[in-house]
Amino acid sequence: MESNSFLQVINISKSFRGLNAVSNVSLKLNSGDILGLIGPNGAGKTTLFNLITGFLRPDSGTIEFLGRNLVGFEPHQNCKVGITRTFQIVKPFSHLSTLENIAVGCYNRTNDVREVEEKAWEILRFVGLEKKALYPASSLTTPDRKRLELARALGTAPKLLLLDEVMAGLNPTEESQIIDLVHKIRESGIAIFIIEHHMRVIMGLSDRIIVLHHGVCIADGEPRTVCEDRNVIEAYLGKGAYFAKN
Amino acid sequence: MHEQQQRQGYLSRGLSRRKWLIVGLIFIGLHFLPWTLAPQYVHILIMIFLFTIMGQGWNILGGYAGQFSFGHALFFGLGAYTSTLMFIHWGLSPWIGMFFSCFIGIMMGLFIGYLSFRYGLTGPFFALIMLAFAEIFHMISISWKAVGAALGLLIPLKGTSFVFMQFIDKKPFYFITLWMMVGSLYLIWRIEKTRMGLYFLAVREDSDAAGALGVNAFRYKMIAMMISAGLTSIGGTIYAQYLLYIDPDITFGVLNSVEIMIRPIIGGPGTVLGPLLGSLVLTPLAEFTRLVFQSYSGVYLMIYGMILVAVIIFLPDGLIGFAKGIINKAQRKVP
Amino acid sequence: MKFTYIVQSLLDGLLLGGVYSLVAVGLTLIFGVMKVINFAHGALMMLGMYSTYWAFALLHIDPYASILITIPLLFIVGVCFQKFLINPIIDAPEHNQLLLTLGVSLFLENLVVFLWSPNYRIVRTPYEFVYFYFGDLSISLLRFLAFCIAMLVALVVYLVLTKTDLGKAIRAATEEPRGALLMGINVRRIYWITFGIGAACAGVSGAAITPFFPVYPTVGGIFVITAFMVVVLGGMGSVIGAFVGGLIIGMADSVGGLFFPGAMKHLISFVIFILILLFRPTGLIGGTK
Repeated sequence: MESNSFLQVINISKSFRGLNAVSNVSLKLNSGDILGLIGPNGAGKTTLFNLITGFLRPDSGTIEFLGRNLVGFEPHQNCKVGITRTFQIVKPFSHLSTLENIAVGCYNRTNDVREVEEKAWEILRFVGLEKKALYPASSLTTPDRKRLELARALGTAPKLLLLDEVMAGLNPTEESQIIDLVHKIRESGIAIFIIEHHMRVIMGLSDRIIVLHHGVCIADGEPRTVCEDRNVIEAYLGKGAYFAKN
Repeated sequence: MHEQQQRQGYLSRGLSRRKWLIVGLIFIGLHFLPWTLAPQYVHILIMIFLFTIMGQGWNILGGYAGQFSFGHALFFGLGAYTSTLMFIHWGLSPWIGMFFSCFIGIMMGLFIGYLSFRYGLTGPFFALIMLAFAEIFHMISISWKAVGAALGLLIPLKGTSFVFMQFIDKKPFYFITLWMMVGSLYLIWRIEKTRMGLYFLAVREDSDAAGALGVNAFRYKMIAMMISAGLTSIGGTIYAQYLLYIDPDITFGVLNSVEIMIRPIIGGPGTVLGPLLGSLVLTPLAEFTRLVFQSYSGVYLMIYGMILVAVIIFLPDGLIGFAKGIINKAQRKVP
Repeated sequence: MKFTYIVQSLLDGLLLGGVYSLVAVGLTLIFGVMKVINFAHGALMMLGMYSTYWAFALLHIDPYASILITIPLLFIVGVCFQKFLINPIIDAPEHNQLLLTLGVSLFLENLVVFLWSPNYRIVRTPYEFVYFYFGDLSISLLRFLAFCIAMLVALVVYLVLTKTDLGKAIRAATEEPRGALLMGINVRRIYWITFGIGAACAGVSGAAITPFFPVYPTVGGIFVITAFMVVVLGGMGSVIGAFVGGLIIGMADSVGGLFFPGAMKHLISFVIFILILLFRPTGLIGGTK
């Protein structure tokens, strides 16, 4: 056990009624990294996120974060420890205003209303939602809802942020805005673990990439390497695609 | 910048001075009302205040934390019977008995809350579990001679006495219920501005998302349950002292659960004034209907049913929610 | 306590339990497909009872024959209920749907009080005193018939669910509404059909017990809670669970009546209910069909 390990997932597995959603996956993430997670649909990416954040309990394996084993922790406990996630299908608190949505996140670290208010406004400006601060979350457009999802998570002052397909449903302009945000978040010192389908985006953002296929980790390395990896190509394009390409 | 300065203090916003003045004047004005009204109208007001208190209790759990209970009569009955039995057998002042009522109500609430919430049994499931428990106690109180069985309990008359919370005149009850109602409104209003209040709403809106943001949904549902049960139980004590008679149907009956919850639902669940508004609409309506359709005792319930259906379909956020929606549209906050 | 008393009690409980089963089957069907707990289920049962009573009192139709009227009548009531009242709020939070059915239940019960007074009404048939005797045990013909009818209808529902295309569509809509839509199943149609079937089940249950049960506006009340407990016991959405659960609760109520006075006979059922909640909230059979 290294003393400077940030997030270390060791041989984690989860199956549902005999179907192996995630099999013996291990990964390591260091503070300040952006780690990308890709894989064909159904590969187990969101399941892995659910396992790490406590929404699901692994059948076996350990999850170590800053020296603590997180297996058995519930999501809110993981949030307190410093891991926050966003959801693939955004879950805004519809009846609450944008500001209140973010405030919920901010209350994670402090009980003081004024502190929370200040912080929430800061985050509103950070993500560019300050004009919509008092609007009910249900009135936000899709890109704004994505921003809100990010903003709420930021409110919790996480050390590690798990982003689940935060770009889905956005046009290129909106996408590049979110990409900028992700860069800003990393610059503020938060490590990021990101699931994304849009290849160009995730290749550009990530320091390293992990590829899941049928719940198994088939590649783990720098974007360029992973791109050329035979197993990865075959996973996406089918057997023989590697040879066809070459 | 200017806009933000203006908005500073939104989460912890208080009322403007002008609004406090208006509230204060109304409150003071209400104190003079009982001398200007005939006793039957004072009675109606007392009922409005009482059911607002209990509706507020329901509201904390149902409107704010999103756990709709169909059996709040459980707490009402537990409160009423606890203080009454202590009064009858030990001569204990209902003011003190009220604390025991509150305690018993809270304990029951925690038990049921634990059963339901730890497995995430929410929504309609929880609603009916509460109803089932209310029915259990309904059943027990009908059959158990020690608590009067089906005949119920008569509160022994001690004449006018503050200590025993008994008054020949209605006016003292008017003031007691008025002050408690205002107290409950104030309590909810204050809770709204705290972390707990916002967490309740988060749990209501999306329990999973709340969890991901550090909210222990189970814990906050239990807290809401405690406040809710306590408040409603207290209402039960006062009701018993006012009516001087309780029986299983009046206290634990399904209709009582309906009366308690329908007011905040119609008025606006999750708002401070919802239960009051609902009471102001429904109580006079019920009285009026009773007068008009004298021989048909259930007509007001038919109207309750129709209003409930109409509100659920057309105004799901209650009257206040509807009004807020219009204001939002007017202020262009909604497309 | 004599052994035969207990056996007799279990027998009576089993017979009444059959009726509970049918009521619960209707409730669990509706829940399984629409995730709506139909609080008005008891009121629907009550309507079935009144329809039987009026057919008997005004048209002199034998209560068992009028079941042929009750089934289509309540089916239509159920369909209208779903189409006009539940459909508009199908996407609303679940507790709103429960509230709506509560509102309908309040309305129906008190409409009946208004129209036909709260007085108890009784159907008297020439064969109401017929009993079968087996040694020390006796079985009332009326209760036996109620049991048979309930079991028959429940069986028909079960066969429809497992053997017909409609049934498969219903089960698909229960387990995976979105997938069912993609498969070309008209889920909206399934909703009102299922609600109609559920309502018909409630109506038939009411009709079946009318010969030996008093008819009054709020008679459905205790059946709603009992049916809910049965559904929880058997597993939300499980028809077999509702079937078995009904029989168990029926027997529990009956044996309870031996030991506890009056309304307290339900005590054993309630205790079972709490125990299930504590130790096996998914029900005995679990949420599968």
